[in-house]
Amino acid sequence: MEVKFVRVGSTLIVRMAGELDHHAAEILRTKIDAKLKREGVRDLLFDFQKVQFMDSSGLGMVLGRYKLVSAQGGKVLACGLNPRVKRIFEMAGLQKRIIICRSEEEALREHRGEKDG
Amino acid sequence: MDNYMKLELPSKSQNEAFARIVVAAFAAQADPTLDEISDVKTAVSEAVTNAVIHGYENKSGTIVVSATLQGRKLEVTVIDYGVGIEDLEQARMPLYTSKPELERSGMGFTIMENFMDECDVISEPGKGTTVRMVKIFGKKEPAEA
Repeated sequence: MEVKFVRVGSTLIVRMAGELDHHAAEILRTKIDAKLKREGVRDLLFDFQKVQFMDSSGLGMVLGRYKLVSAQGGKVLACGLNPRVKRIFEMAGLQKRIIICRSEEEALREHRGEKDG
Repeated sequence: MDNYMKLELPSKSQNEAFARIVVAAFAAQADPTLDEISDVKTAVSEAVTNAVIHGYENKSGTIVVSATLQGRKLEVTVIDYGVGIEDLEQARMPLYTSKPELERSGMGFTIMENFMDECDVISEPGKGTTVRMVKIFGKKEPAEA
């Protein structure tokens, strides 16, 4: 799995590409946690647009980051979920903790408390 | 039996992707839909990941993945010879995990049960675990609740 980090204000965007399974999740969480520490950001946005596959290990990784970030008063958002990834998120009730948006733009707007219309 | 395959691999996390891709490629001859193939890939990934993390607790061991096709019925078996599961009922409960410190979501068995038509688990503490799953291709999807 490939990952790119982009910082927008106090939000760290994690752009993932590939398959998010146990093997990838272990590598990814180390990278994200190091980045969170270094950048000192408050919120985290997972961009799933290029994630074709995710299993329960991906859920565990996202939930783990939620625990870290929310303990510091930050929010976790996710965007670009394909219907399968979304179904797996909802099976675990993640939509109760993670703010799910369509796109990065919508997520960043949501995050600033701006709403369309 | 129309066709079968058997795969033996060491319990390395790199092999999770390999195992699910092999089973998906094997199942492709029964002409499943993309959604059905994704269901199988996800369920196999869960079973093999369980063997790596729970069965062998990230130590080395052998995982055997086998599959049979009878018409459009796929049966997949994932076997490990690891620690086994003490309480199967608890292990299968949604969101239950014996390893929260490893950031496990506790959704593995729930996903296997939801994405496959059958999912049986046989386990003996100290001997290992066998997960047997069935997927019947071409079945109409149940209506969304």
